[in-house]
Amino acid sequence: MGRFVARRLLQMIPVFFGTTALIFFMVHALPGDPVAAMWGDKAPDPVQVAALKHQMGFDKPLIQQYLDYMGKLLTGDFGTGLDQRPVIDKITEALPVTIRLALFAFAIEIVLGVAIGLFAGLRRGKAFDKGALVVTLLLISIPVPVLGFIFQTVFGQNLKWVTPTVQNSEDITQLVLPAVVLGSLSLAYVARLTRTSIAENIKADYVRTAVAKGLPRRKVIGTHLLRNSMIPVVTFLGTDLGALMGGAIVTEGIFNVTGVGNALFKAINMKEGATVSGFVAFLVLVYLAAGLIVDLLYAVLDPRIRYA
Amino acid sequence: MPDLTEKKTTAEIPEQRTATAAAKPEKPRSLGSDAWHDLRRKPIFVISALLILLLIVIAIAPGLFTSVDPRAGDLRNHYLTKPNYSHLFQPDWFGYDLQGRSIYARVVYGARASVVVGICVTLGVTILGGIAGMVAGYFGGWVDTIISRVTDIFFGIPLLLGALVILNAFTSRTVWSVVFALVALGWTQMTRVMRGSVITVKQADFVTAAKALGAGTGRIMFKHILPNAIAPVIVVATIALGGYIATEATLSFLGIGLQDPTISWGIDINSAQKVIRTAPFALFFPAGMLSLTVLAFIMLGDAVRDALDPKLR
Repeated sequence: MGRFVARRLLQMIPVFFGTTALIFFMVHALPGDPVAAMWGDKAPDPVQVAALKHQMGFDKPLIQQYLDYMGKLLTGDFGTGLDQRPVIDKITEALPVTIRLALFAFAIEIVLGVAIGLFAGLRRGKAFDKGALVVTLLLISIPVPVLGFIFQTVFGQNLKWVTPTVQNSEDITQLVLPAVVLGSLSLAYVARLTRTSIAENIKADYVRTAVAKGLPRRKVIGTHLLRNSMIPVVTFLGTDLGALMGGAIVTEGIFNVTGVGNALFKAINMKEGATVSGFVAFLVLVYLAAGLIVDLLYAVLDPRIRYA
Repeated sequence: MPDLTEKKTTAEIPEQRTATAAAKPEKPRSLGSDAWHDLRRKPIFVISALLILLLIVIAIAPGLFTSVDPRAGDLRNHYLTKPNYSHLFQPDWFGYDLQGRSIYARVVYGARASVVVGICVTLGVTILGGIAGMVAGYFGGWVDTIISRVTDIFFGIPLLLGALVILNAFTSRTVWSVVFALVALGWTQMTRVMRGSVITVKQADFVTAAKALGAGTGRIMFKHILPNAIAPVIVVATIALGGYIATEATLSFLGIGLQDPTISWGIDINSAQKVIRTAPFALFFPAGMLSLTVLAFIMLGDAVRDALDPKLR
């Protein structure tokens, strides 16, 4: 296990450098001069441009700039916004809210998604299965902004079950609606993956053996069938936790949750390139870390997987 | 990974089929024509295909469906003009938006951006990713190592976030900048699928036979491997198409995708959100069309997958 973790961590290093380099070059190598843009429509003063470029390090070669950027990233410096506040401060301020929201959505999608997928897979072709397929297809097809507004109007404004927007993110009941919207797309995928996996594995020899040796149904399903069927689901969930943090940008905007996504959304609208790339770099790191955790979980779920 | 089983089964199908078909007197069908035979009998496929056909017609010739200019605003008909549901296909069918523009006309003209983005991105990622995957899978060795590592790097970036960074750099964004951003980030998905598929097919006897007969690399790749390895790529591409349309709308909704002279459902959803209480219809119609479009492509993808790979249901 230790060797596997070490191997996996080593493999992550080139991916980490590659991904951050990609983001860096996307931000810096594409057209548009951020310094000249500070003058807006006026003609920029060449002396001041040169001074600012020197101050910000834009006059150095691109590779040197990238290395400086990486050095800063590794020490937790994600850049400075136009308001001269370090981006990391903005991230740490917004992060707890987003983590709460993402974990809540994650819990909803796992519990509901696996439960729906399990029942649908066990009763393949029955009414529940067909209903689950239709509902998940709808959830996959309706884009998140649309779903957000539908839920907000129906449950927030018409039925008044919850507040339409989040006033206090500490209050878990207010987070229910955004969490459901945020998790809905992945919930549909989890349900479908679980269903396919269960329906496939239920015909497996080990399930027949477990039934034949007289294990109670609960145990056959819980210990044998479900555990073996979870591997594709866990693969999906791994990339998903990171994606939820990023995907929160739409949901947080609609429900006025003051999290990372909302801050990122504001930064885009204010055209604060440095803040945007700082946030994205951070979220990509979260995404990579989530992928790593999932790979480690594989070994727990399926002891045959050792990779050594 | 579910991918592995997928490739194995699709690669086995042609062999099994030719074996059984040879026993029968009727003409043996290829995997493609067999899938087509199955598909025509599926109501889901027929419905979604007709919907998509209609959408493509709307995208090519929006003028056939409405005579008004979707950009012409008349402030006398602003939001408070409610939709007139009895006026089928008239400018006031779905009501008017804040600028007094016909929502019906905007919904009709908005199809073009979605369809163009969806189809162009899918073609782009399939061609780019397909070639990269083919090269990686066929040649193996260091070529494969390099391409696979590059794929890993791109997989570390979530689509929406990456597109945000790329599009942030464009000062004026058209359909083509959105297509560029999504292709640049999405091609690696197809590379993975194609690579796995080619590796399985490469080991088949008919490839060895073709090599023994002296066929060149190009001939083996395009005549022998490609037709047998393309099925999983087509499946993933069809399902992804709906996703790309939804991503475009989400980006436009966030204000980082398409920009105003272009008509997009995402932009209209964004501008309608401010008046969601007084004029919910302004949000409902573009949102409904968008969902219907994505639904049609995802249903088509599901049907194609079932037809090309009956085991993966």
